[in-house]
Amino acid sequence: MSANVAEVVRPRPYRLAELGLLILAIAVATSAYALVGLGVEGTIPANVYQYGAWLAVLGLIIHVVVWWKAKYADPVLVPIAVLLNGLGLAMIYRVDLGRSEYLNSSLTQLIWMTLGVGLAIAVILVVRDHRWLRRYTFVSGFAALLFLLLPLIPGLGKTINGARIWIGVGSMSFQPGEIAKILLAIFFAGYLVSYRDQLVAAGPKILGIRFPRLRDFGPIIIAWVASVGILVFEKDLGTSLLFFGLFVAMLYVATSKVSWIILGLGFFSVGAVAATFLFSHVNQRVSGWLGALTAEEYNKTPGGSYQLVQGLFGMSNGGLIGTGFGEGRPNMVPYAESDFIYASFGEEIGMAGLFVILLCYLIIFQRGIRTAQQLRDGFGTLLATGLSFTIALQVFVVVGGVTRLIPLTGLTTPFLAQGGSSLVANWMIIGLLLRISDNARRPVEDFHTGVLRVTEDPEERTASARDSGDRNDTARIEDEDAPTTNFAATRNGAADSDETPTTNLGTTGGER
Amino acid sequence: MSEFTVTVFRFAFFIILWLFVLGVAGVLRRDIFGARRGSRKSRRGRSKRSAAPVPSPAAAPRQSPPPPAAAPPGGGRSQAHPGAIRVIAGPLAGTSLMLSGAPVTFGRAPDNTIVISDDFASSHHARISAQNGAWVLEDLGSTNGTIVDGRRIDSPVRLRIGTEITIGHTTLETQS
Repeated sequence: MSANVAEVVRPRPYRLAELGLLILAIAVATSAYALVGLGVEGTIPANVYQYGAWLAVLGLIIHVVVWWKAKYADPVLVPIAVLLNGLGLAMIYRVDLGRSEYLNSSLTQLIWMTLGVGLAIAVILVVRDHRWLRRYTFVSGFAALLFLLLPLIPGLGKTINGARIWIGVGSMSFQPGEIAKILLAIFFAGYLVSYRDQLVAAGPKILGIRFPRLRDFGPIIIAWVASVGILVFEKDLGTSLLFFGLFVAMLYVATSKVSWIILGLGFFSVGAVAATFLFSHVNQRVSGWLGALTAEEYNKTPGGSYQLVQGLFGMSNGGLIGTGFGEGRPNMVPYAESDFIYASFGEEIGMAGLFVILLCYLIIFQRGIRTAQQLRDGFGTLLATGLSFTIALQVFVVVGGVTRLIPLTGLTTPFLAQGGSSLVANWMIIGLLLRISDNARRPVEDFHTGVLRVTEDPEERTASARDSGDRNDTARIEDEDAPTTNFAATRNGAADSDETPTTNLGTTGGER
Repeated sequence: MSEFTVTVFRFAFFIILWLFVLGVAGVLRRDIFGARRGSRKSRRGRSKRSAAPVPSPAAAPRQSPPPPAAAPPGGGRSQAHPGAIRVIAGPLAGTSLMLSGAPVTFGRAPDNTIVISDDFASSHHARISAQNGAWVLEDLGSTNGTIVDGRRIDSPVRLRIGTEITIGHTTLETQS
């Protein structure tokens, strides 16, 4: 609490701390890269300085933009993202060197990282107040569905390894589902903050649990069935799992009812058991998980447990401190640079390194939830929770799959794994979290954003002063937020969004 | 390069890797390792900083920059004037806010300090401000009223530590 206290009263921007951590992160990434060269080829790679400089330029650009535009943003998010991304680059480079043909995939990944950092900066610059996103609640919902549908379009969609989740333009391929998860988080935050009360208070009561009315819950069911259904058609288990977890988590945060979690887990177990029997690819994963160490699963050629078990062998070979970069044999595992990059790290930097990686994810998640707690508006709280949960769930699904805690599903490890779309999407999430945390920690008197303004002077904040002084601002709020309010009103007759009172305030000038 | 040098480099790598983690933990110390220790420190620092340029009414109810610094550990708790409010129930549960210079307003409108998205809250529902050296809660003519320790208030009340304020579905508590 008192951390909160200190930040609200005289918040320290901690920008120099961010710079220090950023320099440390770049040092770690660059030395990892150099160690890979030392381990595999015996010499430090010739381009290590260019590599370090590129990372440093990217990090410094986003640091300066944050300092300039989001001064109070959380100080650890950028360094952690840079560190994870840099470690990932080094490992991709290492796996590349271990292959018979050199694909230079770490350069490709570095270009994607540049794009991702650029998009994160764009998010910080464009989204000046996260509340602005709330106006695009339903637009985001439809856009998310559209993005999820894109790979099913013949000619545009591409099937890679049995999953039809890519779209290909020329030689480039992209997973639109990664962007869809951000859009869905925005949609759910906006929708739930408006309809939270109806969801909780109205509806029939069955078995002591109050179920929401269909008309309140309808859009959620539509979005959920559509996204999960599409993913079943596209055969992408990991993303379905991610979306489902995201929905349950956000419903729980919005309504603070444990029954949602119970219902969600119940639905999930039913769905999972049904999918095991209905779809052969799900069944394969489950049997490969249960009987991973049996000879028949290990030797089964399509869809056996070979990859999983090789990953486990790799990690056990790594032990406590790993074999060292370039000393292990991560290439034994298929997809050592993407799906199984966690196992590659386990082999080469051991448990001591894996714990750093896991701690980094934990801190990102903690910062997101912390930000959600500090925020003073419901939409931001839900959005920050949703975004942090996407990262946390993704890590859980991947790491759980690789370490054989849960059946293996194909998801990318955020920031580490090779794959441009995931990297870009995660950088956008970092951009959004930076923006939201800036708003959460910014002192009240500095709160000048595009959407609303809070005056600081206590004397002037009396009732009479508000009439004259704030009229312009409130009128502007009315203009900006009118579409949301009207939309909510026409949808349900009872507009109860946050903005409604503001609209009244704008028209009457004062509240009393 | 000899095997020995590579090994040295490997361990150096681990050291900077963990230095990074410790650095992050240092920045987040107050968040991660409990707030109390940090709070006393920061409160001391703050009172020094705010002593000079604060002609605002905040200085009065904050009652004395010296006591928190001079008081023995935990002594701050006995202060009668609350220093913070915390949302203990409702959608924003967990949020807390330091009572400083500016008044704190509650309500549904987004320009409130704490936005309460609740059908039972008015757009500008209640306000806490400093008056005569104490924090005073007043209802701003809300429809459903502001309830303090179980009673609906009709005139401004002085806040003490541990007062429970209920606005719609949201309950707040004043803390030291």
